[in-house]
Amino acid sequence: MYVAVKGGERAIENAHRLLAHERRGDQNVAEVSLAQISEQLSLGVDRVMTEGSLYDRELAALAIKQARGDMIEAIFLLRAFRATLPRFGATEPVDTGRMTVRRRISSTFKDIPGGQILGPTFDYTHRLLDPQLAGVSTPEAPATAEPSAATMPRVTDILGRDGLIESSPQADADLPVGDLTRDPLSFPAGRDLRLQNLARADEGFLLALGYSSQRGYGRNHPFAGEIRLGEVEVEFMAEDVGFAVPLGAITLTECQMVNQFKGSATEAPCFTRGYGLAFGQSERKTMSMALVDRALRARELGEEIMAPAQDEEFVMSHSDNVQATGFVEHLKLPHYVDFQSELGLLRKLRKEFSDNAAEISPPLQEAAE
Amino acid sequence: MAVDHTDNQARRQAAMAVLAHADAADIAAALDALDLPVHENLREPENGLVMVRGRTGGDGAPFNLGEATVSRAAVRLATGELGFGYTLGRDRQKARMIALCDALIQSADHADTIETNVLAPLRAATAVQRNHRAAQTAATRVDFYTMVRGEG
Repeated sequence: MYVAVKGGERAIENAHRLLAHERRGDQNVAEVSLAQISEQLSLGVDRVMTEGSLYDRELAALAIKQARGDMIEAIFLLRAFRATLPRFGATEPVDTGRMTVRRRISSTFKDIPGGQILGPTFDYTHRLLDPQLAGVSTPEAPATAEPSAATMPRVTDILGRDGLIESSPQADADLPVGDLTRDPLSFPAGRDLRLQNLARADEGFLLALGYSSQRGYGRNHPFAGEIRLGEVEVEFMAEDVGFAVPLGAITLTECQMVNQFKGSATEAPCFTRGYGLAFGQSERKTMSMALVDRALRARELGEEIMAPAQDEEFVMSHSDNVQATGFVEHLKLPHYVDFQSELGLLRKLRKEFSDNAAEISPPLQEAAE
Repeated sequence: MAVDHTDNQARRQAAMAVLAHADAADIAAALDALDLPVHENLREPENGLVMVRGRTGGDGAPFNLGEATVSRAAVRLATGELGFGYTLGRDRQKARMIALCDALIQSADHADTIETNVLAPLRAATAVQRNHRAAQTAATRVDFYTMVRGEG
């Protein structure tokens, strides 16, 4: 029997009104502004832009405010917004080698050309809560020093000069760049699609997978060859203008993992690579991404696939937190009819069970007589 | 002729880069102080997206990193010059002002004015900001030194 159920409109409307009220919180407390979120919760904004797959600080800040700080909800909002705008095209690939670097470290070489630059980092802090931040704080002005004119080549470029590390795969002119926002995913997936998937993947999921690969679930013996943070120029080949127009700069974090060797009878052994790239200052994300990117190259590098981090179908199908939350959270929506049918089935099974039991062992009273 | 064309393109690109990096309010202030020629919107300023591409390993095959919001506009001067404006973000007026400047620098009558009164000050302001940030960054550069055994 099919039963249509209606109702709940007023309850829903009132629930949303209550939500708006709770979102605002105590109205004696000043309302948080988008500029405050963007400036002072900037790493949260970076994460929402990266996983929301949309670079726009103000929109990401709005999403965080609207979502009451629930990052996955904010990411969901940003993804939904993205669908409302037309796409003009794709940019020229950004050149991270020409980044205006604000942080750049390598765990492989102490003396790299351009030096180790710590930039604004939590590293080497003592992780003690700072009571001074509980009040109004005016931080000391940053120290300054004469900038070096030295260029900052990527560490992988330095290793590459001596052939010690594999070179990056070059584009196949015949193949378009895969785009999982336009075409459904199929397996096996090319590295372009894997990197796109990982770039927008949930940071926690990638962190856990990357960690698992370090602990032995998949072969990964990496060094952080280089992590760099800074601004890169973005150019767009505009058909109407007839040349590549500069759009301005975006902030990116890049991680190059240097992993153990491959080689063959015809090729000398060399280090292999894993790559991570994300919007904003997203260091943990790009490191995790680079670990998982390398683990997912198992098939290409002839490694035995034994661990979750090496299984591209498993990783790519479960990495997107908007998809994941949609499927997990749909369980709370009304399933009354589904549940009724299961309930009916269960009642039938229980009746059969008790009928059978009655046949096999007659009631105790009978046996006693 | 071909050389002229290339020079012209490089000049327009350089101007667009300065404008894209500048604050919209600063561009507006610089333009407000000028006596601007008659012009019209050839394309109404609009918002859209571009897919930002990275390269595998930083230098390899391209992949799609994620999208960014963009605004664009096109302006035509009464004298016929066409200007295009593109910029990251959703500020349509900024795109329109960039398009207007692009049209003006292609006009012999206005190119010098735009260079002197708009581009040069914006370029200088951006350079000051960049140098300031570069100096702050440079102070976090690690100077390694080797300790002699028994010291320290």
